[in-house]
Amino acid sequence: MSLNTLAALAPIQHHGLGRIPSAASDILAVTWRNLLAYRRVPQLLVFSTIQPVIFVLLFRYVFGGAIRVRGDSYVDFLMPGIFAQTVIFGAMGTAVGLATDLNTGLLERFRSLPMARSAVLAGRTAADLARNVFVVALMAAVGFAVGFRVHTSALEFVAGLGLVLIFGYTFSWVFATVGLIVRDPEAAQAAAFPVMAPLVFASSAFVPVDTMPGWLQLFAEHQPVSVTASAVRALTLGGPATSDVLQSLAWSAGILLVFVPLAVWRYQRTT
Amino acid sequence: MIAMTNDAAIAAEGLSKRFGDVVALDRIDLSVPAGTVLGLLGPNGAGKTTVVRILTTIIRPDSGRAWVLGHDVVREANAVRYRIGLAGQYAAVDGNLTGRENLRLIGRLTQIPRRFIAPRADELLERFQLADAADRVVRTYSGGMRRRLDLAAALVHQPPVLFLDEPTTGLDPQGRLELWEVIRELVAEGTTVLLTTQYLEEADRLSHRIVVVDRGQIIAEGTPAELKARLGSTVIEVGLANETEALRAEQLLARFGSGCGRDGTTICLQVSDGTRVLVDVLRALDSEDLVPVSLSVREPSLDDAFLTLTGRRVEVPAIPEPDTVATRGAA
Repeated sequence: MSLNTLAALAPIQHHGLGRIPSAASDILAVTWRNLLAYRRVPQLLVFSTIQPVIFVLLFRYVFGGAIRVRGDSYVDFLMPGIFAQTVIFGAMGTAVGLATDLNTGLLERFRSLPMARSAVLAGRTAADLARNVFVVALMAAVGFAVGFRVHTSALEFVAGLGLVLIFGYTFSWVFATVGLIVRDPEAAQAAAFPVMAPLVFASSAFVPVDTMPGWLQLFAEHQPVSVTASAVRALTLGGPATSDVLQSLAWSAGILLVFVPLAVWRYQRTT
Repeated sequence: MIAMTNDAAIAAEGLSKRFGDVVALDRIDLSVPAGTVLGLLGPNGAGKTTVVRILTTIIRPDSGRAWVLGHDVVREANAVRYRIGLAGQYAAVDGNLTGRENLRLIGRLTQIPRRFIAPRADELLERFQLADAADRVVRTYSGGMRRRLDLAAALVHQPPVLFLDEPTTGLDPQGRLELWEVIRELVAEGTTVLLTTQYLEEADRLSHRIVVVDRGQIIAEGTPAELKARLGSTVIEVGLANETEALRAEQLLARFGSGCGRDGTTICLQVSDGTRVLVDVLRALDSEDLVPVSLSVREPSLDDAFLTLTGRRVEVPAIPEPDTVATRGAA
């Protein structure tokens, strides 16, 4: 070994001692890398926004007339559900993204680098959170364009969107686990759908649950998508919000508590 | 042959690894002195990639230990990671980033001080003739360009130890020669290299020592000269008009090298100094009025080496190398 190479290495080793700042910097670097993908492959973003837009139009103009809700306006009922549905659909992207990275061998390289072990998963979910901010803002704009109105205050509206984003972030960890287990982008999408469909449709996102059979109502009323949709409804339409907001946050906390360790464990065991 | 953990840049003792029922590695010992190149030669599924993945801290061995520059690859994995670079046949770069962005990303993740990252990336893009394509998205790169970027990415933090997993597989001859040149330059600068290859010629050209692996075990090792002395550096095949003549020629030529079989009217000879011996071979045949109907001189392939070392041909493994399957599907 030449002295040159050892000398060149010395400053690098010293820099590596600062552990906490390095983890934050690694997470930022990976987040930035994941976000660039949305700029370079805009299709990723376009397709994840077209679907919720179609849902808005479909429910607003096709099914909406046949759905009875308390209050006057179905579109005011619909949009909070759409927000919740949008972030759940978006979380599927976490599974697809991770599975893709596994397949290209990029994660293999990352595992040989002196980077924070947490950065791959934290950076992935953070990038998906950033994407959800964009998509939810876009959906709000679409909602306003088709007649959605906030009956409370701007602050409560923003709080509602924040709740939805927390909820979406939570599900990114669920789908991160799915992506690491199935390891194939297309299979990830296929595997995510059966998890997602009952949550989105057997819920109060699009229709009031009181027309469902009793056994289903029990599930539909308390499952995470429903309580989140109800919380956002209360925050935008008015009415008591505290209980639903707390239930939604409890769901998010519970899901994170299970799936963050599960995803990390799975990532570390991925060979 | 216990690894000299203090002197060797890379050392391994009794590395073993199973994937389910498949034994990928069975008690592998290695010792690579600093500043030298070790060629790990073997067919697909021999366990080469598994060795690299253990030494680069990607997976853990079931048993055995390994060190890079004295740091244990399991217990001091992070210390090892600061000191190694990894490039491979899969060109693990991000297709959605530009070449420059890829190198800067690796620069950040290898914890280089910020101010060094941009100049280091530029320097590498220049060195690997990627400066013109630096701001193009990697998806648009050719296979050779991707491979060069992959190697550049492995060098961002100037690692003193470099692992190259089949670095030239899939490259055209020109690309292969260019990559060999780069590897030689790196070694001249003092880098220790462990490279895996399926090509005997590649191992011969680049390595100080060669370790031949098969089915997870070391079946031969030595300097290229030692191995060639054992294998013969050149294969001469002479075809004759009929079997009688072929038998006569076989006896006549036995003194020039070790026979590698007679196939009907064609006799095969492994010799250590091909061109000179060829003249003698032809003279000897001529003196006995034996006129060859065909003649070929070639470098011994991995296949010839295997035949000599194991008495059998290289097998296409029934089960593809498990570690690559596990990570990359059918890649």
